[in-house]
Amino acid sequence: MQKMAIPALNAAGPASPTHPLEPRPDLPARRVAAARTKASWTWAGRSLWAWPFPLAVLALWQLSAIWGWAPEQVLPPPAAVFKVFGELLASGELWDHLRISMVRVFAGFGIGLSLGLLLGGAMGLSPTFRDYVFPLFKAFSQVPVIGWLPLLILVVGIDEALKFLLIAKAALVPVAINTCQGIQNVPNRLVEVARVYGFTRWQMLRKVVFPAATAPIWNGVRYGLTHAWLALVVVELLASSEGIGFLIVYGRQLFQLDVVLAAVLAVGIVGFVIDKLLAVSEAWLLRWRKPGL
Amino acid sequence: MSSVNVQRNLFHKVPPRLRGWVLPVLILAVWWAAVASGASDSPLLVSPLAVWQRGVGQVVSGELWVALSASLWRMAWGFVIGSSIGLAMGALLGWSRWAERLVGPTFHTLKQISLFAWIPMLSMWFGLGDAAKIAFVAMAAFFPVVLNTLEGLRSVPREYLEVARVYEFSVWQTLRRVVAPAAAPSLFTGIQLSLIYSWLATLGAEYLLASGKGIGNTLIDGREHFWMDLVLFGVVVVGLVGFALNALLAALEKRLLAWRDSTIARY
Repeated sequence: MQKMAIPALNAAGPASPTHPLEPRPDLPARRVAAARTKASWTWAGRSLWAWPFPLAVLALWQLSAIWGWAPEQVLPPPAAVFKVFGELLASGELWDHLRISMVRVFAGFGIGLSLGLLLGGAMGLSPTFRDYVFPLFKAFSQVPVIGWLPLLILVVGIDEALKFLLIAKAALVPVAINTCQGIQNVPNRLVEVARVYGFTRWQMLRKVVFPAATAPIWNGVRYGLTHAWLALVVVELLASSEGIGFLIVYGRQLFQLDVVLAAVLAVGIVGFVIDKLLAVSEAWLLRWRKPGL
Repeated sequence: MSSVNVQRNLFHKVPPRLRGWVLPVLILAVWWAAVASGASDSPLLVSPLAVWQRGVGQVVSGELWVALSASLWRMAWGFVIGSSIGLAMGALLGWSRWAERLVGPTFHTLKQISLFAWIPMLSMWFGLGDAAKIAFVAMAAFFPVVLNTLEGLRSVPREYLEVARVYEFSVWQTLRRVVAPAAAPSLFTGIQLSLIYSWLATLGAEYLLASGKGIGNTLIDGREHFWMDLVLFGVVVVGLVGFALNALLAALEKRLLAWRDSTIARY
């Protein structure tokens, strides 16, 4: 369990100019190698430090069950939760629910992402379009996803369409806002240089605007996917008969907190994996950037 | 090309200040026309007038105030509890390396769990009343404050701290003169996010732990009785509250962080 990337931190914090693992041409290779070993040692040390606290909490939690501080219906011991988790995994039930949830998230996210990129791109590139559309878009985004839920249930019912729409809305807003701002914040001097060189419109987009706006747009995508996952859980808790959110409600109805906690555990693992994948793909997307630039 | 030019002229003729109104007015007109022409007899297609009347009715009868004050009350409690615990936790993680190493990874792992997944468990522990709702809002308010406090403390330039040490500042002076000003913008972002999340969580708690009064319960009521006008009115109220919270914070930020602009101007 190593230290995780924190989206909010990565979003705002400046790239560290001297990353310990990055080779520096001004240093002799021997010192770089030494620094690298040291860095990997600190990394190992840090991940070792991550363990005592959660293990102590788990131990205390298990002991509270053994000594009967809290009845099992109120706080099932971790052993029971992991056992149920294993059983759900083995019977394939967890996979079935997860698969349904993932299809919903990615379908909804796909719709929201494409619309968000289109809308944000258009608002970023054309001031006229922005003048017309942005106020309405802003008013629309003031109402959180969950505020739309009762309205949409009346209009489209509680079938898949509802889930796609809500998840798409959750993803659309951050993607559109970040795309628009990312394009608007492209440094003017870059655009001017491109103009001096007589770039065509397409060249300007391809060579100047897209590369400069990739990082903010990617941040929007990241928030979009996080919000989509959040929206999925809400909508499945409220209106669903399958999926990981439903599994939580189902466990609650049976008064089986171990099922609830096992499902919550699954929600956390998926969130963790999504976050990791996004961090890795961000590093890949922005690999052309020199560190410390 | 000529048709493009005509289009351009048409779009450009509207003065920029009025452009934002074109789309909403158009939508309202189409909505009105659809209802008036009787093109659809669906009970869901209510006229804008009905929504307006429903809103006036809610205001006059006082129902809106009962629901709104109950919701805002919950939100305020949850926000205050969650953000103060968050501030303390963020300060601890940012200040002590040991705390960061020991507790940080667990915290960053826990925050991956979608917030709403906790509600069924909270309902088992705290019931369906205000205690569970406030606990949930506090959880929602907690995470953004911790993250941004941590970031704010990390962004204090090391040179400033060294200067403070050279001048032999006391701990209190260092906090007051160096750390607080440097961390303030990030802290403020945390508070802002936390307040928005609190509002979202209040609604979610009211849906999922449906008991008592609140704007969320108003929306559920409207949905169950097929009163589209009430639902639409509720959505507008939810949006207005979000808007008001944002405006309030923007004004507060301007006041509290006013010194920032002056510093930049001076150098």
